[in-house]
Amino acid sequence: MWYGHGMANLRGNRLLALVCGAVLSLAAVTSVLAAPKTGSARLLNVSYDPTREFYHAYNTAFAAHWKQQTGQDLSVDMSHGGSGKQARGVIDGLQADVVTLALAYDIDAIAQHARLLPPDWQQRLPYNSAPYTSTIVFLVRKGNPKGIRDWGDLVKPGVEVITPNPKTSGGARWNYLAAWAWALKRELGNLDRLQDPAQAAAVAAAQDKARAFVAEIFKRVPVLDSGARGATNTFVQRGIGDVLLAWENEAFLAVKELGPDKVDIVVPSLSIVAEPTVAVVDANVDRHGTRQVAQAYLEWLYSPTGQELAARHYYRPVRVDLIDPALLQRFPALELVRIDEVFGGWVQAQKTHFDNGGVFDAIYAR
Amino acid sequence: MGLRPSTAEPRWVRLLLVSVTLLFLGAFLVTPLVAVFVEAFRKGLGAYLASFADPAVLSAIRLTLLAAGIAVPVNLVFGLAAAWAVAKFEFPGKSLLTTLIDLPLAVSPVVSGLIYVLVFGLHGWLGPWLQAHDLQVIFAVPGIVLATVFVTVPFVARELIPLMQEQGTEDEESALTLGASGWQTFRRVTLPNVRWALLYGVILCNARAMGEFGAVSVVSGHIRGKTNTVPLQVEILYNEYNFVAAFAVASLLAMLALVTLAAKTLVEWRVAAAPASIFAAGEKP
Repeated sequence: MWYGHGMANLRGNRLLALVCGAVLSLAAVTSVLAAPKTGSARLLNVSYDPTREFYHAYNTAFAAHWKQQTGQDLSVDMSHGGSGKQARGVIDGLQADVVTLALAYDIDAIAQHARLLPPDWQQRLPYNSAPYTSTIVFLVRKGNPKGIRDWGDLVKPGVEVITPNPKTSGGARWNYLAAWAWALKRELGNLDRLQDPAQAAAVAAAQDKARAFVAEIFKRVPVLDSGARGATNTFVQRGIGDVLLAWENEAFLAVKELGPDKVDIVVPSLSIVAEPTVAVVDANVDRHGTRQVAQAYLEWLYSPTGQELAARHYYRPVRVDLIDPALLQRFPALELVRIDEVFGGWVQAQKTHFDNGGVFDAIYAR
Repeated sequence: MGLRPSTAEPRWVRLLLVSVTLLFLGAFLVTPLVAVFVEAFRKGLGAYLASFADPAVLSAIRLTLLAAGIAVPVNLVFGLAAAWAVAKFEFPGKSLLTTLIDLPLAVSPVVSGLIYVLVFGLHGWLGPWLQAHDLQVIFAVPGIVLATVFVTVPFVARELIPLMQEQGTEDEESALTLGASGWQTFRRVTLPNVRWALLYGVILCNARAMGEFGAVSVVSGHIRGKTNTVPLQVEILYNEYNFVAAFAVASLLAMLALVTLAAKTLVEWRVAAAPASIFAAGEKP
């Protein structure tokens, strides 16, 4: 019996070796096929959900620009998904040359967990490596039947709120923080009091109120999608919910794609400046030999063409001096707060609110 | 005296049961299937066909065919070998083997995908070594093929094992007694006995290989035109507000389902008609 057993083991090992060999040769063949030909370059841009249309346009424009500058043909591959999920993919080995994610924290995670780029990556490009910004607005059903005008209306009886999951979606974390900031402002009157040590008691009381308010909103969320685009489709296509908390660009796009006869945009009194950040993934570009083109790809986002394309796709350009003022009129004016002022930056906000065992877990578990 | 009816239930009970079943099937199977085609042709045949001109869609179709083209033969061979081993031989660990064959059905596909990330990911067991040799398994074609092979492991083996067990080893023993070699016995006796079940398993295996979403989604990386299979491309097109194209591509999968169903029915009919054993042909029970 032991003899037969040994034979089985031997066969098992050979089978394992065979399988491993087959997988590796497949990997080798596909790697060779994927290797760039001379005279052409390939980039992989790993991005978040709502940037599809923008980068589709930008890639074409940049490829033409690059061809003109260097004579090299460039093709840019895109991968889109929830920002946190995408960062996780890059950490696990998705070969991104550049990442263009929803928030700095997700790129921080790549720097921290996989050390694929240095911790000070955000200082390498102007404006905190955010070539365009956005904010959070509301999308409501045509004619606004539930009368939703501001954050406070989200907790009116009978209102269902759609937002993606803050655990996986960058936009959802901005949604959550914007709601929290609005509640703080309501309680404190002036957000400057957050920085004043003498006001600590009042601030603590306001934080409690804000927590209760955000908890109340999440009680009204029937579906938590993993990314912003999924949430938009839940709201618009599947017709679930009364109000969608959305990226401004995503809301504009939804109105444009799906028709102004279905949904309206509501701009709240206060929202948060969302800074989607971009970075070259050093370890990957060095291995692929694409550092130069990857760097140029991101820098060109700050050029007049890059900024104009961003504005056309409803991202707020950072270099407003470079583009036609008429293009800026589409962006409504509203009070915008920054995450650094209200939440002490992304690292702090992530730790307090979104990490396992954080505030979001506590309020969503109830 | 007339024959008693085979069921004693009153007519209305039977009617109720039949209509409930039909309503249920209509609501949960036929309606979605019809909806897929209605949506796909919403803007006419031209728009439907134009959906397939997109290079990303063509690449998704190619990748799905490649993944199924590898997964099905691999599992055909494995399924036959495993079923033969389980049904015809006694060996220690046999029940463990049959349990393991069923594992991919018991594990959520997402978990199967994550297992590959854990093994082949940059921080997985083999990740650093693969990286050093410039080999890419997950977020590339090999990972998708691996995930597809994994989730389709049970289909052929599960079809064959019960049949082979039921057929027993008598036919093989007779063949061996008559002087056939092991390979001849397998090719001339065992294989013909199970051919319809084998085909049935292959059909199911193929349907699952082409339709798999969860495991493949985890290891894909969703790179447009490179690592998206047909089901992943459907999701992407839908998320890009490109509904006609999404449903057009989905209609491919729906057609695959219909073809699978037809082939399955045909094979089932042949299985019912075929004798249980080639030696039993012509015998009266």
